[in-house]
Amino acid sequence: MTAADHGHDFGELWVRPYTSTAGRTQPSTPLDLVSIVRATGRGTVAPERLGREHAQALHLCHSPTSVAEVAAHLRQPVMVTKVLLSDLIESGAVTTRYPRFETPTPENLERLLHGLRRL
Amino acid sequence: MVSDASEAYPIQFKLIVAGGFGVGKTTFVGAVSEIEPLTTEETITAASIGTDSLDGVEGKHTTTVAMDFGRITFAADNMVLYLFGTPGQQRFWFMWDELSRGALGAVVLADTRRLEDCFAAVEFFERRGIRFVVAINEFDGAHPYTDTALRAALDLKAHVPLLRCDARNAGSAKSVLIQLIEHIVADFPSRQGETAITATGYGATSHAL
Repeated sequence: MTAADHGHDFGELWVRPYTSTAGRTQPSTPLDLVSIVRATGRGTVAPERLGREHAQALHLCHSPTSVAEVAAHLRQPVMVTKVLLSDLIESGAVTTRYPRFETPTPENLERLLHGLRRL
Repeated sequence: MVSDASEAYPIQFKLIVAGGFGVGKTTFVGAVSEIEPLTTEETITAASIGTDSLDGVEGKHTTTVAMDFGRITFAADNMVLYLFGTPGQQRFWFMWDELSRGALGAVVLADTRRLEDCFAAVEFFERRGIRFVVAINEFDGAHPYTDTALRAALDLKAHVPLLRCDARNAGSAKSVLIQLIEHIVADFPSRQGETAITATGYGATSHAL
């Protein structure tokens, strides 16, 4: 999508992605690109009462998936996606785990190497 | 924050594939990924729009920065390796903080015809202490420079592997990843103290958020 193609000016394009987040540019839950999110099947907001973007985001979390993948499928900037997902997390509809980036153990690196060699 | 400590969550690894526009990052990611490379976007701030120089890179004019990513799942070991292909130019460093957080390592793809396109990425990874390899994507007709000449041009430290690859070829791209992990494993004992400090930093970051 380019603004020039449609004769829009830059300002209009800049505002639009954040419409679905009501202008919020920071998620309430810390999320990384590779944070895994998944739907809980619960939540305080009934799925039919969710906005379209929230409903799409929730749908994409039915099986555990990364934030980056949700963003790609939603075709929304990563930060917009994070805000949408953090709303769902707050309502209990989605759960996440912030990735643990502790030092990889030598054992895990060896397993990774073995895995790559077997590909 | 609602969290879930379930055992089902896989061990995640993140690798960065950096390099200039058109050097073959998406091709590289696609060659090894089990999924078609997906594209995510980050919006560029208005300030950086004016400073963008896209001379000579046709069809790349956009107000967002695209990141391509792919993944490789190792189901038997419950591990997932994510590959993020991202532009290596200095003006995109605002996105690199998150990308480099917890990154296992990086591949800097280089094209000998535009070697300078990867300078910023090399410098970034050196400064952050992120282990990386430089992989020359050997395009047809590229001048066959010697390793010595390339190392000198890149001002590459002796311990950083300089590799050659064909980003279109799955086996070749896979070999680059294997050599990167081998480099990280070989470097591991000497780096443990330093990495432990960094790991504490990540924890502090997540709490601060």
